[in-house]
Formats: sequence, structure tokens, C-alpha cells
Amino acid sequence: MYPFADQALVFVMLINFLALGSSRMNVSVRAVALQGVTLGILPGIMHTFSWHLLAITAGIILAKGVAIPWLLVGAMRKAEIRREVEPLIGYIPALVLGAIATALAFVFAAKLPLAPEHQGLLFIPASIATLLTGFLLLVTRRKAISQVIGYLVLENGIFIFGLLLTEAMPVMVEAGALLDLLVGIFVMGIVINHISREFSSIDTSRLTALKE
Amino acid sequence: MNPATDGSLSTPLVMLGILLITLSGVPSLFTRKNAGFGQKLASLFVTAGAICGLIGAFSSIILNRSETFIIAWGLPFGPCEIALDPFSGLFLLPVFFISACCSIYGIGYWPAAEHAETTRKVTFFFGLTAASMAFLVMARNMVLFLVAWEVMALSAYFILAAEDHKKEVREAGFIYLAATHTGTLTLFAMFALLHHVTSSFLFPAAASIDAATPLSAAILIAALIGFGMKAGLMPLHVWLPSAHANAPSHISAIMSGVLIKMGIYGIIRVVSFFSHPPLWCGVLILAAGMTTAVLGVTFAMGQKDMKRLLAYSSIDNIGIIAMGVGVAVIGQATGSSTLAMLGMAGALLHVLNHAIFKPLLFLNSGSVIHATGTRNIEAMGGLARAMPATSILFLTGTIAICGLPPLNGFVGEYLVYLALFSGAKDGGGSSAAFMALAVPSLALTGGLALACFAKLYGTAFLGLPRSTDAEHPHEPGGTMLAPIRVLAFLALLIGLFPLLAVKLLHYPLLSWSPDLAQSGLTLSTLAPVTWITMAGVTLAVVALILYVCYSRQLKSTSRQTTTTWGCGYVRPSARMQYTGSSFTETLVHLFKGVLRPRGKEPELKGYFPATREYASNIPDLVLDLIIIPVSRGIDFGFSFVRKLQHGEYHLYILYIFVTMVALLIWAH
Repeated sequence: MYPFADQALVFVMLINFLALGSSRMNVSVRAVALQGVTLGILPGIMHTFSWHLLAITAGIILAKGVAIPWLLVGAMRKAEIRREVEPLIGYIPALVLGAIATALAFVFAAKLPLAPEHQGLLFIPASIATLLTGFLLLVTRRKAISQVIGYLVLENGIFIFGLLLTEAMPVMVEAGALLDLLVGIFVMGIVINHISREFSSIDTSRLTALKE
Repeated sequence: MNPATDGSLSTPLVMLGILLITLSGVPSLFTRKNAGFGQKLASLFVTAGAICGLIGAFSSIILNRSETFIIAWGLPFGPCEIALDPFSGLFLLPVFFISACCSIYGIGYWPAAEHAETTRKVTFFFGLTAASMAFLVMARNMVLFLVAWEVMALSAYFILAAEDHKKEVREAGFIYLAATHTGTLTLFAMFALLHHVTSSFLFPAAASIDAATPLSAAILIAALIGFGMKAGLMPLHVWLPSAHANAPSHISAIMSGVLIKMGIYGIIRVVSFFSHPPLWCGVLILAAGMTTAVLGVTFAMGQKDMKRLLAYSSIDNIGIIAMGVGVAVIGQATGSSTLAMLGMAGALLHVLNHAIFKPLLFLNSGSVIHATGTRNIEAMGGLARAMPATSILFLTGTIAICGLPPLNGFVGEYLVYLALFSGAKDGGGSSAAFMALAVPSLALTGGLALACFAKLYGTAFLGLPRSTDAEHPHEPGGTMLAPIRVLAFLALLIGLFPLLAVKLLHYPLLSWSPDLAQSGLTLSTLAPVTWITMAGVTLAVVALILYVCYSRQLKSTSRQTTTTWGCGYVRPSARMQYTGSSFTETLVHLFKGVLRPRGKEPELKGYFPATREYASNIPDLVLDLIIIPVSRGIDFGFSFVRKLQHGEYHLYILYIFVTMVALLIWAH
């Protein structure tokens, strides 16, 4: 229905695998940045041109593609980590799980009770697949920064879903999504800072010490 | 507010009083630097509010005014009705009066200079507790009642757990919270059922519901459990001893004197909704009262902590009140107005009396604790010499609580006795048998109370100091003594002139039950209380004459100072005195089936045995021997659930992930 939309969504799903399979943090951060930029362009090509739309597209690209990755790279440099050394599940099994999740996403999407004009589009499976990938990243990675990346991928999944629901992207909805993100990053930033200060490590599995 | 009836000043005065008391603690919240000023201002507010409220309540009781107001609120729970009738007015009297006494006492007992951390909290929540209790007895809407009930319960938590840096205070607070929430939950169920019966959120009119249905039985049982939890009926009393013991003394006074009476108010109010309450209900309340009274005083006897002892004695007095209520309900069930009137009069009078002498004792115990720095009576001794005024006032309270003439405790118990005797004589069938059984149990309670308070007073005030703390006590200041003196005066006044109190009860009794209003009985003809005045005055005169003769004789003979209970030793020491525990050891031994005293007697060998230690304590039967072990068992049995909460937050996210995927699969 939309030109180039399907290609862009397939690209987004491929980036999911890149995020799941890479051990180097730099690659992960860049993958997420690339995913954000792709998603930022999507509303621009979906709707007819207006200055308002241009401003939103530029805002999303700046936030998802530049500002957040920049913050993350800064945090990595501060915490002095390059790679996720020992994930809870290895990279190959994570990739396999990601593939299963993507396949499941297509199954679920086919059975969801959607509005007739949305049926058969790639948006829903891409959204669910990205969401599940985000979850997988959150579950399998130890480092707090990898967790942030997981949250970002999760957020991207929600964003894709939102693209369908909003006809012309009311500015409030988009602002809400961005605010969510901002809060998420903010919280994680604080958490990371505190974890490395208190435990001189940002291994989140050591958080068990905090349990009751 | 729209006055629904002919307007008068009673309710506005009471509402003004409630408003003043609610706001009393607010200025103190802003006086961080000068908390003492805020505290004094709060006392002024509470006293002013109490005076307004007392005038309003008295005018309602004496002039038999019943007024209903409806407040406009936007909540979907029916009209927000508040009402003042003589019966509510009677419960307002202790609320206002004791709040003012305790608030004034608090200035000296809990000075802002020494308790900088807690003064503001205590002052604020004290006002909230007192005001919510006053509002509670006027609420006629179920939701409004529950709101007031919860505000009362929670603000009471904050004042009783004032010293929350101490472990035992936190534990007492936790037990209180658990108990009060269990009670409130039962009340929710009770009001839900009541709403189901009447299909209205308003309190039904007196005697308007048929009591014969199973639903009514469920309502009565739920009310007994929910309100009984607050009142402290055995075995629902678990929160009471530790909460009273660990709260500041003026808080214990208001809790024991007023707060637990709200449970009694609730029980009486709910029973009054039913046209002919079933006989089993009356018998159940009477039996609960008997158990509570006897066991309460038995446990009190074994305590060493002064305030814990007083708390158990509160349970015992709640039992006596419940016996009166039970007799009244039996009277209603069997159609005997005499019985109903005497029983309820006894219960209500004992509510008032206990609200006078228990705060009197708690405030005095506060003075003693303030002076000696301990609650343990085994560490006190000989206080009568250093604190003569406190000693006399304490003695007044002890005589009153033992139900001895010429003080007020006697009058209330006398009415309950009269009711029991008339029920045993004129009633027929099982109810007469129960009354006949209740008479000796009330007598047993009285006797045990005497032993218990002889122990308390004797150990703390007579003899010689048992520890260094008790050696240099001091009399409390004027603001602490003044409210105690007023309370003692009232105890004596009601004791000597019970006709005043009996006249006061007339309209509240009639507004409680329309049947009584039709019967045309009056309490003053049923109970010949003028004789009490004569006997009391005679007793006082005889005692005075004996005292004068004795002190004259004492002057003329030679005197020698020695230890009390010296047992004829040549060089007796303070450690050789009778302790409180040894004083009641025989009785505790007799009741060891329920008391289950803990402590192993040390083995002493040879003529000069080595130093041995001996400690004993009496656990609470229900809390320590049933509830805590059962809770531990549940805790252990469900410990496997705790493995789910392991702190690995990756796995927490995995739970969400798995749930989401499962839901998506399940949906198709």
C-alpha cells in the first residue's frame, strides 16, 4: 500500500538479528541507531508532505538516530566496556530464538482481529517481531547498557505499531512516545551510574544482592 | 448542609468541635523550630473543640434532641447522612472529654523539647484520631462510617507507633495494623450484606430488619467479629496488650478509654437495627463477655509491665460491658424490657466509667514511668513516699476499677449485677441459666481484679525501691496532674451520686430501642441508686473518722522505720521484699491451664548455692501460642513461592515475555 514501507520494515527486522547476534556494544548501539533512523523515515514516506511532518521526521531521526546513541556511547566510554562478555544465553541460541520469535510474530499477526485495511501489511508482524526481540535482549544480556539497548528495541516495536494506529501522526502521540523513551533512558542512565558507583561493576545479575 | 429537622445548635456545636480538633495538629506541622508552641496551641484547640462538642452532646442527651443532616457529596453511595441522637451523644462524651484530658497531659508528658522527632507527628495524628472517633458515632451512611473507621484506625497507628525506632514498638504496630485490617475487612463484608438486605447505603432505622433470616445471622456474626476485634473481645484481643504497652501513655489512655469503645458502639448500633434480635446472639455476646472478663483479668494478674497489665484489665472491662450488652439483647429477644433496660444501662454506664478510670490509671502510670524510666513494676517500689499526689490518684483509680464503693466502677457493675439477677430470677429457660452462670463469673472477675490491682499498687507504690531507677522519682508537673485530678473527681462524683449518671442514661436508652420508649420504664425506678449515695457517704464518713483516730494514735506512740514485709529478719534489704510475681504466684499457678507461664525454676544445691538466674513471663494465649506459630507454619509452607522472587530481574522480564507469548497463543 505504501511504497518502500515493506522494504524498510524488512530492513528493521534484519537489524533485530544484528542486535541479537553481535557481541560488540558499538555494533549494537549503531544497529539500534540505524533502526531508529529507518523508523524515523517511515512516517515521512507514508504520508503526503507537510512542514509539520517534516519537523516530526527530523525530530525522530535526531532523537533515535543521533542523541540517544551518542548518550549511550558516552556511557560506554565512562563505564569502560566494549563487549558483552558473558551473555546468559549464547549468541547462536539467541539468534535461533530470534528467528523463532519472528516466525511466531507472523503467525500471531495473521490471527489478530485487525481492521480490514490493515490486513496483509508487514507492519504488524514487524512490530511484534521487534517487540519480542527487545524482550529477548532484555532477558539474555547482563550488562546494563545492553539492557538499555533492549529497551530501545522494545520501544521501536511499539513505535511501529503506533505508525498504523495513527492516521497522520498527531504530534501529541509522537511526543508521548518520545517522552516514554526519554524517561526510560533517563532511568537507565541513573541506574547504570549508581550500579557502577555502588558495585564498581555494571553487571545487572549482581542486583540480586538487593533482593529482600 | 441542609437541616432535615427543626434546627438547633447541638449538631453545629459538635461539628465545630470536630473541626477544631481535626485542625488542632495542623499549626504544629509548620512550627519546626518551635514545636512546643505548636503542641500547646494544639492542646488549646482540642480543649476548645472538646468544650464545644461536650455542650452539643450534653444538650442532645438532656433535651432528647435527634437531628439529621445531609452533606452534599458527589460519591455514588447514597446520601451522606450524619445524625446526632442521644445514644450517639453519650459516646461523644468520652471522646471529647478524654481527648482534652490526654491532650493537656501530653504537654508535660511528651514535651517537644525531649521528643523533637515525634511531637509534630503525635500532635497531628492525635487530633485526627479524636476527630474521626467523634465523626464515626455520628455517621449514618455505611461508606462514611467505614471512611471514619479507617481514618481512626490508621491515625491511631501513627500515634501508637510514635517511637518507631524501637523494635518492640514496630512489632506492636504491625500486629495492630494486621488486626485492625482484618477487622475492617469483616466490616466491609458486614456492610455489604446489610446493603444487600436494605438496598440502601444508609443505616437502617432502629428495629427495622427482620432478624430471623440466615443473612441477618451472618450480619450479626460479622459485626461481632469486626467490631469485637477493635473492642478487644477474647480471642480477638491480640493487638491490644502490646499496642497499649508500647504507645506513649496519653495515647494508651485515649485508646483504652475511648478507641476500643468504638467497637462496643458498633456492636450495639448494629444489633439495634434488628427488630427482635435472636436469643442466640444475646447468649453469644454474654458468653463472649464472660470469657473476656475472666480471662482478661487472669492475664492481667500475671503481667509485670505496668501498662500491659492495664491493657489486659481493659480487656476485662470490655468483657463486663459485653456482658451488659448480652443481657440487654437477651432481654429484647425474650421480650423483657426490664432486662433490656438494666443490661444496656449497665453496659453504657460502664463504658462511661471505664472511660474515666482507665485514662486515670494510664495517665498516672505515665507519670510513674516518666519519673522512674521503666514500665516494669518489679523495678519500682516505695513510690508513695516520693509521689504522694500520684499515689493517692492512682489508688482512686484502682479502687474504681476493682468495682468497689464509693467510686464509679461499682455503679456500673452494680447495674450489670441487677440485670443478671433479675434475668436469672424472672427469665425462663436457657437464658436464665446463662445469667445464673454469669453472676459468679462477674464476681470472680471482681475478686481477681482486686488481687491484680493490689499487686500493682502494692508493688509499685509500697515497700522500698527495688532498683536505683526508682530511688529518686519526682512528682509530675501541674499540667500533668490537673487532668488526672479532674478524672479522679469525676470518678468520685459518679460513685457518690450515681443518680446523675442514671438520669443521663435515660434518653440514650430510649433512642437505642423504640420498644423501651413504649414500655414506659425508667431506669431510676428499676435501680435504687439513691441507696448507693447514702451507703457511699456513710462509708466515706466512717473511713474519715477511722483515719483521724488512727493518725492521732500514731502521733502518740513511738515509731521505728523498717522495711515493709521484712519477715522478721534482723537486717532486711529491699531485695527481700515480696515481688509482684510472688504476690500473685498462687493465683497464677491456679490458672496455669490458660496462662501457661514460661520460665524454668533454677536448681539450688547445698546450703550456699551459686548465683542463679530466674526469669518468667506469661505469653499471650492467642497471639503467642496460636497465631504466631500458625503464621510461621504458613510462612514455612509457602516458602517455595519465595523462590519466584529471586532478584534476577532478567528472569522477571522472562516471566512477562512467557506470559505474553502464552496469552497470544491462548487467544487463538
